[in-house]
Amino acid sequence: MKCNRLVDVGRRQFLRGGVLGVAGAAAATVMPSGAAQAQSQARAMLDYPSNKLANIADLVVNEPIDIGYPDADSPGILLKLGTSVEGGAGPDGDIVAYSVLCPHKGYAMSYHAADKTLNCPGHFSRFDCEKGGQQIWGHATQNLPQFTLRVDDAGDIYAEGADELIYGRLSNVLEG
Amino acid sequence: MAYKRNIDRLPIIPADAKEHNVTCHYCIVGCGYKAYTWPLKKQGTTDSNWMGQDLSVQQGVDTEAWYAPSMYNVVKQEGQDVHLVIKPDVNCEVNAGLGSVRGARMAENRRSEITGTQQQRLTEPMVWRYGTWQPTSWDDALDLVARVTARVIDKDDEDDLYVSMFDHGGSAGGYENTWGTGKLYFGSMKVRNCRIHNRPAYNSEVHSTRDMGVDELNYAYDDYQNTDTILLVGTNPMECQTNLFLNHMVKGMQNGARVIVVDPRRTVTVDSCEQVAGAENVLHLAIATGSDLALFNTLFTYIADQGWVDADFIANSTFQGDVAVNEDAAHPAALGSFEAARDACKMSLAEGAAVTGLSEAQIVQAAEWIAKPKDDGSRRKCVTGYEKGIIWGNDNYRVIGALVNIGLATGNIGREGGGVCRLGGHQEGYFRPSDAHVGRPAPYIDQLLISGGGKVHHIWANDHYKTTLNAAEFKRVYNRRSNMVKEAMDARAGATREELVDAIVGAINAGGIFSVCVDIIQSQIGQAAHVILPAVESGEMNLTSMNGERRLRLVEKYMDAPGSAQPDCIIAARLANHMERVLREEGRTEYADQFTGYDWETEEDAFMDGYNSAHPEVTYERLRTAGNNGVQEPVTGFENGQLVGTKRLYEDGVFTRHGRDDGKALFCMGSWRGLQAPGKTQQQANHRFLINNGRANLNWQNWFLDQKNDFVMDRFPVPFIQIHPDDMADLGLSAGDMVEVFNDVGATQALVYPEPTARRNETFMIFGAPNGTQGNVINAGTNELMLPNYKQTWANIRKISDATPAAARVSYKSWEVEL
Ligand code: SF4
Ligand code: FES
Repeated sequence: MKCNRLVDVGRRQFLRGGVLGVAGAAAATVMPSGAAQAQSQARAMLDYPSNKLANIADLVVNEPIDIGYPDADSPGILLKLGTSVEGGAGPDGDIVAYSVLCPHKGYAMSYHAADKTLNCPGHFSRFDCEKGGQQIWGHATQNLPQFTLRVDDAGDIYAEGADELIYGRLSNVLEG
Repeated sequence: MAYKRNIDRLPIIPADAKEHNVTCHYCIVGCGYKAYTWPLKKQGTTDSNWMGQDLSVQQGVDTEAWYAPSMYNVVKQEGQDVHLVIKPDVNCEVNAGLGSVRGARMAENRRSEITGTQQQRLTEPMVWRYGTWQPTSWDDALDLVARVTARVIDKDDEDDLYVSMFDHGGSAGGYENTWGTGKLYFGSMKVRNCRIHNRPAYNSEVHSTRDMGVDELNYAYDDYQNTDTILLVGTNPMECQTNLFLNHMVKGMQNGARVIVVDPRRTVTVDSCEQVAGAENVLHLAIATGSDLALFNTLFTYIADQGWVDADFIANSTFQGDVAVNEDAAHPAALGSFEAARDACKMSLAEGAAVTGLSEAQIVQAAEWIAKPKDDGSRRKCVTGYEKGIIWGNDNYRVIGALVNIGLATGNIGREGGGVCRLGGHQEGYFRPSDAHVGRPAPYIDQLLISGGGKVHHIWANDHYKTTLNAAEFKRVYNRRSNMVKEAMDARAGATREELVDAIVGAINAGGIFSVCVDIIQSQIGQAAHVILPAVESGEMNLTSMNGERRLRLVEKYMDAPGSAQPDCIIAARLANHMERVLREEGRTEYADQFTGYDWETEEDAFMDGYNSAHPEVTYERLRTAGNNGVQEPVTGFENGQLVGTKRLYEDGVFTRHGRDDGKALFCMGSWRGLQAPGKTQQQANHRFLINNGRANLNWQNWFLDQKNDFVMDRFPVPFIQIHPDDMADLGLSAGDMVEVFNDVGATQALVYPEPTARRNETFMIFGAPNGTQGNVINAGTNELMLPNYKQTWANIRKISDATPAAARVSYKSWEVEL
């Protein structure tokens, strides 16, 4: 499974000419002597912990559960939306998880159940939990980091990755 | 699914990275940033880095030790690939470390061969050859421009050369580049048929305040922090001057200031003010569109009648007498004394309420917040900001004059916590020879082009196709006229340069136009060009500009120009060199002599030749030292190793902007006269919807870089129009549907965004988009001084398509925060 994702991510980055090409995957073509350095760190987009967040049975529609991912210092929410969305996990395709640190200046956001948005008290940015964390309006220059979820046969929900840089860390998986 | 970069780590800035001062390229606020560059094969680590901090742990809110992927790129510096991070500067007084959704994407919006960003940037001069554009050398391209231009102009006979040239700072403007183009067209030549980047004539957008003696940028941003009332008119600073709002206005509210917002629309600014100050301290005056003048004249009358004026200030600093300047073709209202203006502007509460649609109580409340002395008898301080809502609205001259009247009457100009200022679009950075020969009213260039005027057109970073009024007709005519020249050139493929120039001149004499575009990207009007010349932006060159509180800074060059692109000032100098050479060859020696004095090799040479000649204490070296806090103009000296500036204009009560020797400010005597521009009343009568229009947070200007920015285009793949849900139901529209907006002058398209706070039959469409030119439905009517009137536009709306696939995927939820 991890292997497939590797291929996927690699292809997407290649087509986009994304920055990752410099920092990680395509390092060999750009900076051969940097390859050893890259190896000593966790591999970009790959080496995420697989953390159990909850079981499907714990979820109540439209009531987020606080989580920390990839570690306890990175707060997020796990949420069952009640309607299937693109990128939603679980049997109903409606379970999502996001970082709640606003990617503008890192204020902790709150969930507004009436329209399923995350809202920032810092400078009033807001993000749509039904649209992959798209910034509806705001100051951040990225959409909200969404955590990749896997649900196993027992209904346990695991987070296994993130699709944007989390505020306050230059590597989503912290490195010592 | 929203656009995601799938970047989960960034290279760490090493301790020895190079650091450059950067002022944001985009809006007038001019936030300070730092650009860090370092070699590709180097990297900081979590324990050894530019911050000297432990980056192996989560950083806290507002940290300086984080940057977003949008703040990172790989660019060329002196031929080498380097990492680049451009991040907000916590030590800059303007923004105190805040970025915005525009500025914090500067790095990502640099051209990179490695990461593939902004491949749309022009890198080589191009000429029309063999039926398309072909790359060529600078000398070849400039020779063609000079030869054709020389055929249509002569000494004291330059009316067939039309010039569209930016006059702004920041971006690719600034003192260097306005001087380069200014010296060429207003020094070596005296070109009269010219216009500015965003409007169809060469004029001021704020003639009246200047004629009254009050420069439009007269305060310091921290006046918003030390005031009792913030009056915002036709401006939406949370979106359009973001960090002025967040770092100054918000602090003012936190210090107790109340806010009045005059805007027919409930903007994000209104909501944000309510969040910060509490709804009870925010007064939103949702006036009928275009009725600002009636509101200000009513407020002025009421405030004066109550005696809430600064009598000493009026006596000492304003004109005493009756009329100082008569109303005439160059002055859409007379100017004179306070009492003369009271007579001319008199409007009762009942009249004001009837025209604006407000209640009398609302107007009284606004007057009290602006001018009523406090309980202890002390003066109330009020700072006023205004922008396109009135600048590009009904009766520009009189409206701005009426607003400045209130500031003058209450003694709120030249004092702490005061000021009456435009909030601005770009930064400023204007230094040119006199434009007096252009005249006033200035020629309405875009209409002249439509009616066949002009033979050669030099265009410096203007895109009329996206940002003019009456744009549909302009495009039709300009395409036809420029195509005549293209066809003539195609017909002479294989001819000598001399024969080619003859063919071009033949076509322009038959009604065609020869079009030269200097720009950083292939613009839409550039589709019509015969020669395209690549320019650079700030950061790719050293560039000086000033912000909305006259704060002058030098952006230090941190990367190479794309390909062979050049600063505009250097392009102007090389064009002058070629003009001189061609004219000498043709034996026109006396005229050729006018094109000397352009031996500049660098932008600093242009700066010294221009700005420094009038401000000898200001040099690059001293500005580098002044850093991101720079110095506020006018600079008055150099002491103890530092430039000395001016925090606030007119603190001595002497007003000078009009050039009067007595130093007395004038009041504006403009009475209310309904919708002033031709065609507006009729358009209103014949169409259902108001098509209010303007900018939004996300999109900078005409989206020239944003149109190739995935994050931006993912959010709004096509321009939006906000419509009330009940109006949507009437028209059978769903969120995201593509509609056509059409009226008597043209049509354009937009996606439907439901806006429950909109008034019925009043919409708002974003301006300047590449794929839905809002200007197509703006009629040609301007005020007497050729200022366009965008805001008062009416049209009908019909569905033309379901949402495009990209538009169907985006969020249509409210922009108002829910905390
Ligand atoms: S507020 Fe204006 S100057 Fe500041 S970062 Fe944003 S666009 Fe740039
Ligand atoms: S921190 Fe969230 S909007 Fe600024």
